Amino acid sequence: MADLRCEIAGIKSPNPFWLASAPPTDKAYNVDRAFKAGWGGVVWKTLGEDPPVVNTTSRYGAITVNGQRMVGFNNIELITDRPLGVNLAEIKQIKRDWPDRAVLVSLMVPCEEASWKKILAAVEDTGADGVELNFGCPHGMSERGMGSAVGQVPEYVEMVTRWCKSMTAMPVFVKLTPNVTNILAPARAARAGGADAVSLINTVNSIVSVDLDRMAPNPMVDGKGSHGGYCGPAVKPIALHLVAEIAADPESAGMAISGIGGIETWRDAAEFISLGAQNIQVCTGAMHYGFKIVDDMIAGLNNWMDGKGYARLQDFHRAAIANLVDWQDLNINFELVARIDQDKCIKCGLCHVACEDTAHQAISVIGQGPGRRFEVIDPECVGCNLCAHVCPVEGCITMAPVDNGKPYLNWAQDPRNPHARAAE
Amino acid sequence: MADGVDIRAGWLNGATLAENFADVHRPLDLAGALVEANRCYFCYDAPCIAACPTGIDVPGFIRAIATGNVTGAAMTILTENILGGSCARVCPTEILCQGACVRSNDNSRGDRSVEIGLLQRYATDHVNTATRHPFARAPATGRTVAVVGAGPAGLACAHGLARQGHDVIVFEARGKPGGLNEYGIAAYKLPDDFAQEEISFITAIGGIEIHPDRALGRELSLTQLRMDFDAVFLGLGQDGARALEVPGAGLAGVQNAVDYIAALRQADDLANLPVGRRIVVIGGGNTAIDIAVQTKRLGAEDVTICYRRGPAQMGATPHEQDFARINGVRVKHWLRPLRLDGLDGAVTAAVFATVAQGDGGSLMDTGDEQSIPCDMVFKAVGQSFVPLSDGGPDIAAGRIAVGPNGQTSLPDVWAGGDCVAGDDLTVQAVQDGKLAARAMDLFLQNLET
Ligand SMILES: Cc1cc2nc3c(=O)[nH]c(=O)nc-3n(C[C@H](O)[C@H](O)[C@H](O)COP(=O)(O)OP(=O)(O)OC[C@H]3O[C@@H](n4cnc5c(N)ncnc54)[C@H](O)[C@@H]3O)c2cc1C
Ligand SMILES: Cc1cc2nc3c(=O)[nH]c(=O)nc-3n(C[C@H](O)[C@H](O)[C@H](O)COP(=O)(O)O)c2cc1C
Ligand code: SF4
Ligand code: SF4
Ligand code: SF4
Repeated sequence: MADLRCEIAGIKSPNPFWLASAPPTDKAYNVDRAFKAGWGGVVWKTLGEDPPVVNTTSRYGAITVNGQRMVGFNNIELITDRPLGVNLAEIKQIKRDWPDRAVLVSLMVPCEEASWKKILAAVEDTGADGVELNFGCPHGMSERGMGSAVGQVPEYVEMVTRWCKSMTAMPVFVKLTPNVTNILAPARAARAGGADAVSLINTVNSIVSVDLDRMAPNPMVDGKGSHGGYCGPAVKPIALHLVAEIAADPESAGMAISGIGGIETWRDAAEFISLGAQNIQVCTGAMHYGFKIVDDMIAGLNNWMDGKGYARLQDFHRAAIANLVDWQDLNINFELVARIDQDKCIKCGLCHVACEDTAHQAISVIGQGPGRRFEVIDPECVGCNLCAHVCPVEGCITMAPVDNGKPYLNWAQDPRNPHARAAE
Repeated sequence: MADGVDIRAGWLNGATLAENFADVHRPLDLAGALVEANRCYFCYDAPCIAACPTGIDVPGFIRAIATGNVTGAAMTILTENILGGSCARVCPTEILCQGACVRSNDNSRGDRSVEIGLLQRYATDHVNTATRHPFARAPATGRTVAVVGAGPAGLACAHGLARQGHDVIVFEARGKPGGLNEYGIAAYKLPDDFAQEEISFITAIGGIEIHPDRALGRELSLTQLRMDFDAVFLGLGQDGARALEVPGAGLAGVQNAVDYIAALRQADDLANLPVGRRIVVIGGGNTAIDIAVQTKRLGAEDVTICYRRGPAQMGATPHEQDFARINGVRVKHWLRPLRLDGLDGAVTAAVFATVAQGDGGSLMDTGDEQSIPCDMVFKAVGQSFVPLSDGGPDIAAGRIAVGPNGQTSLPDVWAGGDCVAGDDLTVQAVQDGKLAARAMDLFLQNLET
């Protein structure tokens, strides 16, 4: 049995699976159920100043892809709409009931020192393990000068982070918005302000769909829609990229990373950890299936780690960072060719038409009717992987390395590059 | 009546009968259709298209369902097969499109084929119930065509010709049009008067008149039709039931399966249709399965199909054989009918010789006999074409001889469906009618006067 215990910015939890600040962590009732189900920690739904915000009805939009529901999810919800005092009392009770679990509190108040000072003191009183500064929310709150309106200006990120660090002994996480051109700017600003960790990503600016009968964006509130925040499985590739950029950045070194965005399985979690996250947070996965998904996240990660011989999370933390390089450092002499396993092939022809219409005309059809076969024309195949991706049969098309005897050569060294330097 | 013949109506109450003769496959709802449509891989040069006798663009219509373009899906189907609605319900898809689906090739994953038939029904139901006919007629050509027989072949041909602007009169021997869709197909495959609804849909294009109770060889002669019309299409089906040459075949209670099915299909109230307590069906094709299952569902206690060869030689597909079994029908093989025994002129038992396959594949009696007590015996040993008395086109192997598009030996006469060689399936009849209509249209366009 692998050891799944996790430590991030000094905060310990029995496993790396936390619930992100969102409806699943909105109140004691939910959090209590989440901890009973086995989640390692929560980031409480973002608190603000009283009076609490008011939410609209009709809040969520979603996209279905080929019958798979909620591949992408979007919302126009604001921060907690419950009074501050009620939340604080519940947080205090939860931390008392569940001392071994991580309880962080997400915060969003106006960009004034006094506001932050006041709320930090109140949170500290609950016994919470840390705070997460919500600089990410892309809708509603940003119109009021909070959330991503702060997160998009590195100077504000640094300033507020510094204030908070000077006002509390609790670890400070800064939650980043992906709605920036260069994620390193706010990450480095958080680092400069003294942040213990960054959490990312918050939701991506989006219009999830248009209702073509009513000619309005979804989700609709009384016939009108608004820009919302996009999350769920569809955003995972974006989140992985942004997490990895920070993890690989020397100037951001020393800051822990809490990975968020489209995580629903142990495999997703393992990918974030391998790219530099210490732990992960989940929102949409829980909103889609309920808290029980954590069972398989724990057991699956455990079994996979046992199989790989990883005893602790640290054993594969950042393991994939070493293999993340710039395009110009890739080996231009490396060659792959598609291989079709004729015994597995079901003759659907998708590989052929994909390569024929949109790639390199490298898969031929031999014969007709039920006995037809599809064969790769090796000299034409550029090894792009397209056919392997479209093939509906798992493991039917594999990409085989070609032993061409050529040495490693990157683009900077390649004589075909007009700006090449000579190979060393 | 321990030994007496037991044939009665009303074995089952009305509610049970209604349930037994309702749709055998429940239609998909929107959610189900989307799940199923999304299972289709959208294959290149898809094998399911080649396996459909009418060549429907299966991946094309399925994708249209998935995108919410159900009208487009229906048009894709109806363009190739104007009886796409009944074909969706009656086609033996397991040996046609679905039998060729690549998803059923995927042994390694224990996969199953896409439910093409159910999806086709989902799409065609969408327009068949709509008020407007989806195809427009070309301007009138002034050409007239006689279609004889209002079965699937005749109807498909009539629609194709009407669409090109020709005027079509369909002559039908029976009281209602539809052919076997109205009189032959198992009731639970085409419930709720679907055959007549579909005919209203087809004729809504305009230019088609159906004249029932008009039979070639009775009220009409081919010579006269050829004089009165520019061209003639024969979609006569196979109205002759093959005879069963055994002693006792004339006893009361011995009937052709197709005649009983026709009566069942036309019955106003199934509770008034008499059926025996114990039934023996002689034959091994789909008709045998249909009569067996329908009598069982009417309330017969004991139904046995007796076939003279083994399961592999049965004309009924394995899927149909399984369907009979799950309906509680007993299927017995290697039984050759010897005679039918009776009492006071009514059948009481069917007697068979048990046979075995000899070295050369020929059947040999083993010397044993089996007598199966019964109240009714149904003959389901096949249909045959009844040739026209004189002035008709050439015949080959007992059916009308035709060229590739249904052209007969007479220059202005075409034929298709069960009365010509080929698979005796609704969908094949539709294809024959469709291709003949195209050829006839060319012929009509090139007519001098
Ligand atoms: C019991 C049974 C069950 C079947 N089940 C299925 C099934 O589940 N699926 C499937 O695909 N196929 C099934 N078939 C086969 C299918 O019904 C036929 O292949 C199809 O109906 C053939 O169409 P058709 O138009 O050629 O002939 P028919 O449907 O037989 O139509 C011929 C029409 O011509 C009329 N006619 C005949 N002679 C004359 C004349 N001299 N003058 C005027 N009109 C005339 C007839 O009254 C009839 O209306 C079944 C057949 C039978 C017998
Ligand atoms: C309905 C909803 C409400 C959210 N509210 C908050 C919030 O109050 N504070 C916050 O920091 N993030 C909020 N988020 C963002 C999530 O915490 C998380 O960063 C994002 O959804 C990406 O993770 P996921 O793909 O697992 O959902 C919210 C997300 C959703 C769907
Ligand atoms: S890898 Fe790319 S080029 Fe090669 S056969 Fe596949 S699709 Fe064609
Ligand atoms: S995509 Fe895969 S299964 Fe389909 S024909 Fe190509 S190799 Fe075979
Ligand atoms: S063979 Fe099956 S999967 Fe392929 S297009 Fe036809 S229905 Fe779809």
